[in-house]
This record gives sequence, structure tokens and C-alpha cells, in this order.
Amino acid sequence: MNPPGAPDPFLDNLGRIYGTFIGGLLAIVGTLAILEQLGLPDQIIGYVFVFVTLAIYAGIGIAARTMRVSQYYVAGRQVPAVYNGMATAADWMSGASFVGMAGTLYVLGYDGLAYVIGWTGGFVLVAVLIAPFLRKFGAFTVPDFLGARFGGNLARMIGILVLFACSFTYVVAQIYATGLIASRFLGFAFETAVYVGLGGILLCSMLGGMRAVTWTQVAQYLVLILAYLLPVAILSAQEFGFPLAQATYGGVLQRIAELEQQMLASGLADPATLVPHLQPFTTLDPLNFFALIGCLMIGTASLPHILMRYFTAASVRDARRSVAWTLLFVAILYVTAPAYAAFAKLEVYQNVIGAGLDALPQWIYTYGKLGLVDICGQSAASADAVREACSAQPGNTGVLRLPDLAIDRDVIVIAMPEIAGLPYVIAGLVAAGGLAASLSTADGLLLAIANALSHDVYYRMVDTRAPASRRLFIARLLLLGAAILAAYVASLRPSDILSMVAWAFSLAAAGLFPALVLGIWWRRCTAAGAICGMIAGFGITFYYLAMTQFGGMEEWYGVKNVSAGLFGVPLGFAVAILVSLVTPAPSRHVQALVLEIRKPSGEPVLRDGAS
Amino acid sequence: MTQLSEQPPANARRWWQQTMRLALLTLAALAVFAFAVHAFVGALDTLVFFGFPLGYYMAAQGSVIAFVVLVFWFVAWQERIDRKAGVAEPSPRDPEGSL
Repeated sequence: MNPPGAPDPFLDNLGRIYGTFIGGLLAIVGTLAILEQLGLPDQIIGYVFVFVTLAIYAGIGIAARTMRVSQYYVAGRQVPAVYNGMATAADWMSGASFVGMAGTLYVLGYDGLAYVIGWTGGFVLVAVLIAPFLRKFGAFTVPDFLGARFGGNLARMIGILVLFACSFTYVVAQIYATGLIASRFLGFAFETAVYVGLGGILLCSMLGGMRAVTWTQVAQYLVLILAYLLPVAILSAQEFGFPLAQATYGGVLQRIAELEQQMLASGLADPATLVPHLQPFTTLDPLNFFALIGCLMIGTASLPHILMRYFTAASVRDARRSVAWTLLFVAILYVTAPAYAAFAKLEVYQNVIGAGLDALPQWIYTYGKLGLVDICGQSAASADAVREACSAQPGNTGVLRLPDLAIDRDVIVIAMPEIAGLPYVIAGLVAAGGLAASLSTADGLLLAIANALSHDVYYRMVDTRAPASRRLFIARLLLLGAAILAAYVASLRPSDILSMVAWAFSLAAAGLFPALVLGIWWRRCTAAGAICGMIAGFGITFYYLAMTQFGGMEEWYGVKNVSAGLFGVPLGFAVAILVSLVTPAPSRHVQALVLEIRKPSGEPVLRDGAS
Repeated sequence: MTQLSEQPPANARRWWQQTMRLALLTLAALAVFAFAVHAFVGALDTLVFFGFPLGYYMAAQGSVIAFVVLVFWFVAWQERIDRKAGVAEPSPRDPEGSL
């Protein structure tokens, strides 16, 4: 065990290390911008960004390698709150948040803001209800807590099952996003690009476990937030002379509303298909809007790979502060996403809609070739293809109308620099940011999966006397196995899996939230109650998701299946409470344990976990 | 697990009540900004704030900023409660316990 005050050359110089890192990153951006003016080809700029950042992550991963169990699982429990906040923010913001969030807001308008509200508000729940108590408990993993609080391996097994259900599809989607970005900017075949991404992920996490992942995630946060803020700041400065896009895009929203009216008046848009950007409840009714906010919030508070990050804090107080910093760092991205959507929409409404079919901007064809922009129902691969597709449409006059254009959500952020005519350096930086977001989340998820297998299944259930070296060997072996399996699934381009990612929140919410909250806040909650609650909540959510998606079942009360937790969470609570009340109260030992985890001071309850 | 107390003494009970009250207050504020405000989006949209319709602004930024303020306020207040009740941890890296 490392005492918190022990000298550590890395921990004592964090400010200098990451300060140098930011300086170096800006220097690379500046140098490449100059070289681009001198004629450096785009392809090379893309290579430099992707490989330089990958090399840095791998370097941190190798430098932070460890042979200590507590370093491997919880980074020695000495990560300062601000850095833990950054690492958790990177862990949390997936490729989908980075690449897809702004696109979702572009498509859904006001209703998409349910994601912004739900994914930020959830951290208040984490800080108040869960993180400090799990930190005090001193577990390595979330199932570890369930096993100790709810008397044994059945609760632990169900916890592991829920963890797999919500983590595996999620990690496949991350690797898929990595492959998409690498194939766009490196020109590799998608299947090859997936394995390049996998190599990056493994270099970060194999040798150093949580310790290495923590410090690469901090670097990845810095890359991704810089890459997200810069393009939209440049646009805002061009448009309004002031780079804080988050404050200026009110003016953009007004222009969008005016253009919508003009397009309707001139017949370029159809009132039946135009989604007014500012009008609430056009694509989601209020029930679905609020249900989605609730499910995303509770899901955030239950995702094992996020909760496990707070086990690395140096104290209960630091765990609580880490959550606050996480929310701040996450909020910076989420308040920027609507600005992205607004600037992109303005650009499209102004310069693309109403343009002649032979005078479309070049980016349409760049992304049309990748199948991400459709015009008149066909991929917009070239001017000829567009003309051909549109001439088949009734009423076409050679001018692009709004209903003719379909942009994939993932394009908005990646293509933004090209849409706005910014230099290619910015596009390269955005690619590096998207890659950072996907890699950091994939690292966290794979670690959560492999740790549950090696710590909870192997060490706690199979061989409780395994020496540290064998535990670490098994952990790394399982990490490798899980990573290769996920990359293989991603390389098959499984569209079903991608649509299932949003399910992770409802599954985690229904399966874990009632057991975690009642386990901490209600001493009377019994093992039988929690186990029945988890099975019931998870079961009904899974049933609803599967049956509405694949079984052709009618939606209940019109609730969309991304909000399936609306049924699972209350049922999980109700069953857990009712069953607890009819079963004998937990032993005095367990009740004392609950009192102990509530109190910040004193030794961790599970001493064994910190060995 | 040697020092587990089975019955909380009066002091500890008061501390837990304060903790519970703070938690409920924070969750109530969370509910206001996550749900209640947005139920009035139609009425709020008639007001304009820095060029934004206020209802849209609350969903896109206002609530998020409120969450950030709320969570830092909660953390500071909980630390105060813990310190006063004498259950806060000593911390070698940060003896003052300030944010």
C-alpha cells in the first residue's frame, strides 16, 4: 500500500507535465498550420495528428506501467480531484458525445436538449447519492460492493451481468467510432482501422491498468476539449467578432428561425418535414422528453465504468469533489454542442439549401462518397450522381430543396471545419479529438469489464488465495481477450449493436440504481430485496427493449424504448422495498457496515480491497 | 472492522439528519432544473435573454450551469457538515479542506 504522502515523481509534477503537453499540442497545431500554407498535403496532416497523439497516449501508458494490485485496479487511490474530474470527463464523453451530440441537436432541434440536460444532471445524483459512499467502502469494482452489502455471490453475479449488458455494446460502438475516424483521416480500410484503434487502446491500458488509463484520460480530455472548442470559436469570431460561441449563438438561432420562414414561403421546405429548430416537443412529446431526461440522469449515476473512477480518489472528500469537477468539465462540452448545431444549420440553410445542384460545396461530395450525405435519396458521391438522382424526383427544378438533403448525424462535428471552409489543420485536430473521446471511453469500459472478470469472478469466486502476480496476469489476459472480441464485433459493422448503445443507460439505471441507492441509504434493505429488485428492474427493461425493437411489441403508453428505464427503475425500487420488508432485517454486522460507509472518516470498510 | 459502532450516538444522529436534509434539498433543486423549468418552456420562450428565447436557453445552458453551481455548493456544504460533526477525514495534501 502506498501512503498518500509518499513521493511520486509523476504525481508531484502533474501541473508541469500537462502544461508542457498543452503547449506541445498548440505548437504542433501552429507548425502544421504554417506547413499547410507552404503546401503540406492534407493526408500527411491527418497522419501527424493521429499518430502523434496515439504515441503520446502510449508513452503515458508505458511510463505508468505497474505491478501493484492497488495501482492496477484503482491507481493507488491517490488521484487528485481536479485530475480525476478530467479523467472521468474523458471516460464519460464517448465518441458518440463528441461526434454525434451536435448532430443530434441539429436533427432534433429543441427536443435533442433532453440529452444535454440528462447527461449533465446525472452527476448531481452521483455526488449526492453514490460516489462518496462507494469510495468509503473501499471496493475495487461495483459488483464488489454489491457482493459485500448483499451477502455474497448471487448479488455479485447479477451486478456483473448488468455491467456486461451495458458495457459491451458500448465498447463495440467506441471501437467502431475509432475505425470510422481512422479510415476517414488515414485512408485505411475500415476493418484495418478498427485494429489500429484497438492497438492504441491496449497500449494505454494493458501495462498500467487504472493508473495508466487515468493519466492518459487526462491527456485525452485536453485534446478532445481543445478540438471541440476551437472550430466553433473560430466561426463565432468570424461571424460576430467574439470567439465565445456559447454566448453568441443566440443571434444564429434568430437567423435560423427567419430562414425557416423564408424557406417555407419560397417552397424550399415542406411544412410536413421541416423541424423548427427552436420549437419544443416536435419530435418527442413531453412524456418522452422528460422520461428521457430521467433515464439518462439515473443511467449516468449507475454506469459502472464511471462509478469505478471515483474509487481512485485519495479520500471520500476528494471523491465528492471529483464528481463536481467532472460535471464542470463535461458541461463545457455539452453547452458548446448546441452552438455547433446552430452554426452548422445556419451554414447549410444559407449556402446549401437553394443552391443549384451543380453548384454545391465540395464537402457534400467528400462525405457523400462515404455514404454520409444523401441527396434525393442517393449517396451524393459526385455532381453527376446528384443530378441523376434528383432528375428522377417529381417537381425538381435543379435547385436543392430541404427535403432532398439528408446528412448523417455524425458528420456535423467532423465536417464542420470543411463546411465552414477552415484550414485542414482544424479538421485534423477534430479527428484527433474524436479519436481521444472514443479511445478514453473504450479504455474505461474495457477496464470495467476486465476488472469485473478478474477481480470479482476469478479472485473473489474462483481462487481467493491467488497471489498478486497471478491476479494481475489474469486481469491483463482478460483485458486483451475482451478488447479483441469487441474489435472483432466492431469490424463486422453491426448496425443493431450501434442502435443498442442508448439502451445502456436504461439497463444500468434499472439494474443497478435501486440496489446501490437502497444499499447505502436504507439499512433495512435486505439481500433478497436487492436481488429481486435488480432482477425485476433489469428484466422488465431488457424485455421492453428487446420486444419493442425485435419482437414487434406495441410501445406501452407510447414510451420510446430509449426510455425503457421509466418502467424498470420504479419497479426495481418497488420490488426491492417490498421484498425487504417481508424478509428478516439484515444482520447487525451488515447494518453496522452501512453506518460505517456513510461516515467519511476512518479506515475503508473493505480493507482487503486495498492490498 | 474493529471500530464499527452499532448504535449511532446523538451527535452522529444529528449529523446524519443534516446530511439527509442537504441531500433532499439538493435533489429538489435538481428536479426543478432538470424537469420543472422545462415544463414552462412555452411561456419562457416569449422572453428573450442575450438573443436566446429563454425557454430554449434554459434547456441548452441555464440548467447545465445551474447543475454545476448546485454540485459545487453541495460539496462545500457537505464538507462543512462533516467538519462540524468531526467526521471529516484528515488530509495530508490539503489540510485546509478548501475547494
